[in-house]
Amino acid sequence: MPPLLFYLFAALSLGFGLMVVLSRNPVTSALSLAMSFVGLAALFISLDAYFIGTIQILVYAGAVMVLFLFIIMLLDIKEEAEKRSSLGAIVGAILVASVLSVQIATVCSSLSHSKQSVADSALKLQEAGAEMTASGKSLATITKDLAAGELPDTKLMGLTLFSQYAFHLQVIGLLLLVGTVGVVVLSKREKEVAP
Amino acid sequence: MITLNHYLIVSGILFALGFAGVIARRNIIIIYMCLEMMLSAANLTLVAFSRFNLVDGLPDYTAQALVFFTITVAAAEVAVGLAIIVALFRSKQSVDVEAVTKLQG
Repeated sequence: MPPLLFYLFAALSLGFGLMVVLSRNPVTSALSLAMSFVGLAALFISLDAYFIGTIQILVYAGAVMVLFLFIIMLLDIKEEAEKRSSLGAIVGAILVASVLSVQIATVCSSLSHSKQSVADSALKLQEAGAEMTASGKSLATITKDLAAGELPDTKLMGLTLFSQYAFHLQVIGLLLLVGTVGVVVLSKREKEVAP
Repeated sequence: MITLNHYLIVSGILFALGFAGVIARRNIIIIYMCLEMMLSAANLTLVAFSRFNLVDGLPDYTAQALVFFTITVAAAEVAVGLAIIVALFRSKQSVDVEAVTKLQG
């Protein structure tokens, strides 16, 4: 990825992220969050994680944002004009955030392999394909793509999820079911509650 | 040249932004959005390390599987959390965090 595009998407992500925190109108915040996630998805794709980038857009910028906007419209929240956050909270937030960023930047810069660029750690697709064919642990469709010099991102992701993490995937499915039931229980109006 | 360091710093700043929002804002829905932002910043770190820590010449898909699970859990968490916010709004008629002080005693 050209450096210019990286800076563009990083600025998109961080700028709209800042707008989420600063904006006084919740609808502006929600739409800025969606744009911030689009920038983040572009960064995922620049890291050759096409599947993760796609579900970032589908799940976050699509489903989660619609849910947020739905709730904001349902509750009919007006702009919080009358009450502002206390000065102490704002100063504390700025202080903590800047200390945290500086700390993270310092620690990350001193990591031994943080100077690696994408070109330094280039993907070795053909070699990986040859190795997978030799060990016989992979599927024909994946080794064919690798031999052709393409990264079969979604196929490899599926292979990892359904072989190595098959049990975890089912637990996640159960969690989503429990979440659905929980939401229904929570949003039911309690009428017959004795005073 | 874009290095691993660049991605980690972007992720760190995004996390700090979300954290500042959680501390400074009073609207509970915006606090929720900032939490989502912090989760996504952590995902960016995981994906960056997965790309730069090659396993047999391919990205480390274990990390990306973890990101997949994080996104799923975050989606479930948003649904349940927003249901709680709606229930809270019904009883308090407000989304201000300082309206909820029942546990403070």
